[in-house]
Amino acid sequence: MRNADVLRFARDAAAGYPLRTSLSVLAMAIGVAAVVVLTALGDGARRYVVNQFSSLGSNLVIVLPGRSATGGFSPANALTTTPRDLTVDDAFALTRLPSVRRVAPLTAGNSEINANGRLREVVVAGTSSTYIDIRSFKMAAGRFLPAADWNRGAPVAVIGSKIQEEIFGGRSAVGELIRLGDRRLRIVGVLKSVGQGLGMNTDEVVFVPVGVAQSLFNTNTLFRVLIEARSRDELEAVKREVMAALKARHGGEEDITVITQDAVLATFDRLLRALTAAVAGIAAISLAVAGILVMNVMLVAVTQRTAEIGLLKALGARAATIRDAFLAEAAMLSLVGALTGYGLGLFGAFVLRQIYPVFPAYPPDWAVVAALGTALGTGLLFGIMPARRAARLDPVQALMKH
Amino acid sequence: MSVIQLAGIERVFHLGDSTVHALTHLDVGIDAGEYVAIMGPSGSGKSTLLNLLGLLDRPNAGSYHLEGRDVTTLTPDEQAAVRSRRIGFVFQSFHLVPRLTAAENIGLPMMLAGIPAAERAQRVTQALNDFGLAPRADHRPDQLSGGQRQRVAIARATIMQPAVLLADEPTGNLDRATGDDVIHLLETLNGRGMTLIIVTHDQKIGSRARRQLLMEDGALKSDSARPSVAT
Ligand SMILES: Nc1ncnc2c1ncn2[C@@H]1O[C@H](COP(=O)(O)OP(=O)(O)O)[C@@H](O)[C@H]1O
Ligand SMILES: [Mg+2]
Repeated sequence: MRNADVLRFARDAAAGYPLRTSLSVLAMAIGVAAVVVLTALGDGARRYVVNQFSSLGSNLVIVLPGRSATGGFSPANALTTTPRDLTVDDAFALTRLPSVRRVAPLTAGNSEINANGRLREVVVAGTSSTYIDIRSFKMAAGRFLPAADWNRGAPVAVIGSKIQEEIFGGRSAVGELIRLGDRRLRIVGVLKSVGQGLGMNTDEVVFVPVGVAQSLFNTNTLFRVLIEARSRDELEAVKREVMAALKARHGGEEDITVITQDAVLATFDRLLRALTAAVAGIAAISLAVAGILVMNVMLVAVTQRTAEIGLLKALGARAATIRDAFLAEAAMLSLVGALTGYGLGLFGAFVLRQIYPVFPAYPPDWAVVAALGTALGTGLLFGIMPARRAARLDPVQALMKH
Repeated sequence: MSVIQLAGIERVFHLGDSTVHALTHLDVGIDAGEYVAIMGPSGSGKSTLLNLLGLLDRPNAGSYHLEGRDVTTLTPDEQAAVRSRRIGFVFQSFHLVPRLTAAENIGLPMMLAGIPAAERAQRVTQALNDFGLAPRADHRPDQLSGGQRQRVAIARATIMQPAVLLADEPTGNLDRATGDDVIHLLETLNGRGMTLIIVTHDQKIGSRARRQLLMEDGALKSDSARPSVAT
């Protein structure tokens, strides 16, 4: 029997029993769709987090006060703000380290901005002129904070694009005087919109010199020190040097944590990949169930069509031909189910992206390949037993079944 | 020249503890182009014999030569090839594939034999015309009368131009008139040289054949061609 005829015969046989066929196609489709949608969700979460971290800037090393409990990075202490003594002088000392290109101190707090007759709660970030280069931000208007002694600081401010919009509307804010807490500051620049950054929305931040922020919040500690390494290869050297320098300055105490963006990213990446794989594995169980259903459907088919199998043998069909025809039918059920499920899954991911536009819910390629492969594989695997049973039927016995 | 030569055929079935000798000491020769009726009471081994002749079953002992070739020693695939090219079957209950049209049912043996679709279509059209089934080409079996179904089955059995046509009670499910039509059709095919072997318990049909084999308890009781055998 020619291959094209085997396929046509199998197709007609499947079409001849619409209920049976649509049930197994549906089961397979649900399995594949589940894998596609769930991995799209998992991988979307991973990409979302990775994008957020990537937007921090490259070659970035972050120093935070407080010693991490494990010595390594855990997501929890990236979010803690335990105030330990990390001072502007500490930060300034780091500028002299050989592998360090730039340093920016960072202190933060909430305050009220009063300008143009409007009042608004804002996040105030005290930093230095180097901050914009480390974070690779762009100016929409004016300049960033001027280079100056970190301990003093001019009464100037740079505002995020959203603040510009809400307080000044379309009018240029550069040169305007604002009141921030009990300070009067002049706006020297407006940042270009960068959207949501991890933890804080830069578009809603007012940047002031670190000295101004510290006196505003009446503190002399820093929230973070951001460091840019000279190159990617020097990230580890920076970590080492920073650790050593601050240990020396803190009387031999290792009371700080140094993290690299790479480490943070790698941890999240690993975590969320594992999560996606686990979710895919769970969804794949439904594929195995679908495979078992296909097997039962094919076993029913063999029983239902016993007389037909006997006839085919009487008409000269070889055992292999009958096996192939039933195997082709199982493969078709799986293939149609898998493709339908793939379509459904893509549609599901599309709907997810419509509902959560910030969430890049695309199924990863490996998941799509694995889902389609597993669907076809289980379909064929579970199709073998019924197909062989059909091929082995005794023709005389089979012909008597009617 | 004998197209079929059976010698010392035995067929034994085991049912639990009991054994059934469905065929015993069977020696029969059938010449090419013969018209043979196999008759006998129910359970006498007629169907078992026909299944052996059609290579659907193997004897426990004895030899079977088809067109001079020992076919009992062939592999299953070789036997399938012989069934495909040299043997045609007609069954009491027609055995049409319900989801296929009349034309597709007739073309089935050619499809199984791997004949290209174009040649198949041409030969099916020819057969539909020859058997008066052209208007029914696209009908499914459940849209056909019993007589039409058996004609489709006969067209299918002969589409590969076999040497031997085996029919097991071909009129068993048909009324008298339709049954006679079917017998006439088979006789026409025999008239063109095809060896025809019909199993029947209908005396009237059996007596039309040029040779009658009478079976009893798995043995050949009489053979009209060799009256001396009858004992
Ligand atoms: N597959 C089988 N298993 C056991 N016994 C069988 C089988 N096929 C046929 N027989 C027995 O063999 C004998 C001959 O059967 P069969 O050839 O069908 O008779 P007929 O066609 O003449 O009515 C019967 O006794 C029947 O019960
Ligand atoms: Mg019988």
